[in-house]
Amino acid sequence: MSRDPARLLAARVGSYRPNAIVSVLRSAYPVVIGLVIALLLQAMIAPKLGPFYAKLLLDIGIAIVLASSLNIVNGFAGQFSIGHAGFMMVGGYAAALITYYGSIKFGWLAPGAYGVDVHGGFLGSGDALFLFSCVFGGVVAAVAGLVVGLPSLRLRGDYLAIVTLGFGEIVRVLVQQTSDVIDPAKAAGASWLDAAKALGGPLGFTGTPTYVSPTPWLEDASGQQTGHAGIFFTFAIVSILLIACYRLKTSSHGRALLAVRENEIAAEAMGVNTSRAKVVAFVMAAFFAGVGGALFAHEVGVTLNPKELGFQKSIDIVIMVVLGGMGSITGVVLAAAILTLLPELFREFAEYRMPVYALALIIVMIVRPQGLFGIKELWDLAFWRRYVVPLWRKVAGGWLIPRSRQHPPAAIAKDLSSRDDDGAPKGAP
Amino acid sequence: MSKLLQTLVNSIALGSLYALIALGYTLVYGVLRFINFAHSDVFTVGAWASFVLATTLGFAVTDTPMYAMPLILLASMAICAGLGIAIETLAYRPLRRAPRLNVLITAIGVSLFLQNVGQLKFVFGTQPQRMPPLIEDRSLVEILGVHIRLVDVTVVLLAGFLLFSLEALIYRTKLGRAMRAVSFDERTASLMGIDVNRIISITFGIGSALAAAGGLLFALKYESIKQSADATWVLLGLKAFVAAVVGGIGNVRGAVAGALLIAFVEMFGAAYFSPHMRDLYVFVILIVVLLVKPSGLFGKAVVEKV
Repeated sequence: MSRDPARLLAARVGSYRPNAIVSVLRSAYPVVIGLVIALLLQAMIAPKLGPFYAKLLLDIGIAIVLASSLNIVNGFAGQFSIGHAGFMMVGGYAAALITYYGSIKFGWLAPGAYGVDVHGGFLGSGDALFLFSCVFGGVVAAVAGLVVGLPSLRLRGDYLAIVTLGFGEIVRVLVQQTSDVIDPAKAAGASWLDAAKALGGPLGFTGTPTYVSPTPWLEDASGQQTGHAGIFFTFAIVSILLIACYRLKTSSHGRALLAVRENEIAAEAMGVNTSRAKVVAFVMAAFFAGVGGALFAHEVGVTLNPKELGFQKSIDIVIMVVLGGMGSITGVVLAAAILTLLPELFREFAEYRMPVYALALIIVMIVRPQGLFGIKELWDLAFWRRYVVPLWRKVAGGWLIPRSRQHPPAAIAKDLSSRDDDGAPKGAP
Repeated sequence: MSKLLQTLVNSIALGSLYALIALGYTLVYGVLRFINFAHSDVFTVGAWASFVLATTLGFAVTDTPMYAMPLILLASMAICAGLGIAIETLAYRPLRRAPRLNVLITAIGVSLFLQNVGQLKFVFGTQPQRMPPLIEDRSLVEILGVHIRLVDVTVVLLAGFLLFSLEALIYRTKLGRAMRAVSFDERTASLMGIDVNRIISITFGIGSALAAAGGLLFALKYESIKQSADATWVLLGLKAFVAAVVGGIGNVRGAVAGALLIAFVEMFGAAYFSPHMRDLYVFVILIVVLLVKPSGLFGKAVVEKV
């Protein structure tokens, strides 16, 4: 064995790298926690709150998916897009196409029944089809994102915004050209191509199965299944998206995006492949917007309607991102929740609600131009550091937070700083 | 042949309407470099204000006198000019140094505000209305079986008159020179003794007055006035905005050319292909033009400096 100190140190650094299983588990555990939270929301909160608030919870979840996905392209990469509802519409219609015509083709329809109902229990065949449709919707939207992202290499700022706006409008017009949804009695014989041409047109896609419903999936007293685990699925997707956002933001890819946002020329000079970064941001954002659209398409009490998913919807999503703070994950989540709740809470002032909302938006923009959180996250705020962190330390100190929370690389850095340049301990001859 | 002529007449009339709105977008972009999303709502207010004036002054029931139309035109232009200046002073001026995105969101806020205040009971209400005919509905001449209506001629002549006056204002007067200077370089303009804030206010006023004229002409031509938060206004505003972009935003003559181009494409597409896809043609033209020439047909390419 060699006594060369540099080689010893290298061996030590190597030993800090966790093995494959540990690293997979380490990156999977936030998702597991997210799934558990989603399950708890579904199983415990939803029955207690009643259908109205449970539906509100669903709306908030979907708003978070849409706003956080726009945050990737708008907040991280700084590419201003005001056609996000277009991606949502692409994903939603693709998913509705799969579940509606799919469940008819699979023969999941009670004889004589009109419209398509949910099929199978929790994580049963119906849920499998629904989850597949979410991914499919996301992929189709991601392809659209690639198509819109490519012009972003040529256009900047306002002009890019205009192109995304044009994209959203074109999608809306194209959807409006489709014919009425094929009646379930006849749809079994229709080919997928025919089905894709029958998306409901201007009236909207009626009869999509309501997999995203707030009522619990448990059976009621008569053994009849009453709903589907919509809150679980929605918040499972929310947690996956938020973890993806967080890991993106703290990775070198995310820093490349932030660099593009701050100064494209400087980023390029630093070796960032700006074209690639921008297109990747567009594709990712479009994928999750498509998934959000798929959730929206299967939500209870929602008819997928091209008019509703037009320019106005895109603007709603942009407002959430800007109000939350462009690039702040937690800020955008908070803004999405607040902006979904507020109109419901002020429902009794029906007529004055919108003017006040608009006025509040103008005032917030003048008084606090950087949005609620600016670029910071919740845990960066002075309030959080001063009050929540000490409290957390006090409560969880002994048993939840490990005694030595020193991150291995930090330990190495400390180790290195205590050595001379040649790797020998400081002060050694 | 008569179909061709009819489409031609329609597209010229529609193009002049688009031009009147597009100029507001392009003027504001010229001096402030941002997309004024509230502009289509100023146009809406113009249409509604002229309706309210016409009905309260009693032109709806009695025979319309000759002076009715100019009177209402001037009044609604004055109202909207005031509105535009008020919006600029209250909402946009505090954000002069803020990032452009904030100004954009503020403009959206102003747009939502105008739409929804317009829907209140004591303002314009939530019901669509019918504009009283201020101009006699008769055809002037008949060419190849196509009646050229007095309304269309009025729309085109009035729009043309306003456009030429604006052209004269911008290129022949001291005020216009100041506007061009602010648009060219705000900082240097203020060093040369130009009151930049005043010029920006005036620009907003002019753009809004033109939108008001467009609103009145729109109401006269199409008669039905939808409630202020209706999606048709937003779409109309978006198309006019597309016209401004296609012509090269910030360029006054380009906006007129873009408006005519958009109207021609829309009308001929609707007449000869599918009438349901008229919005599609407009936005496809937009994307094609931006991809081929990102600064618009008549815009100058901006060189980015480090």
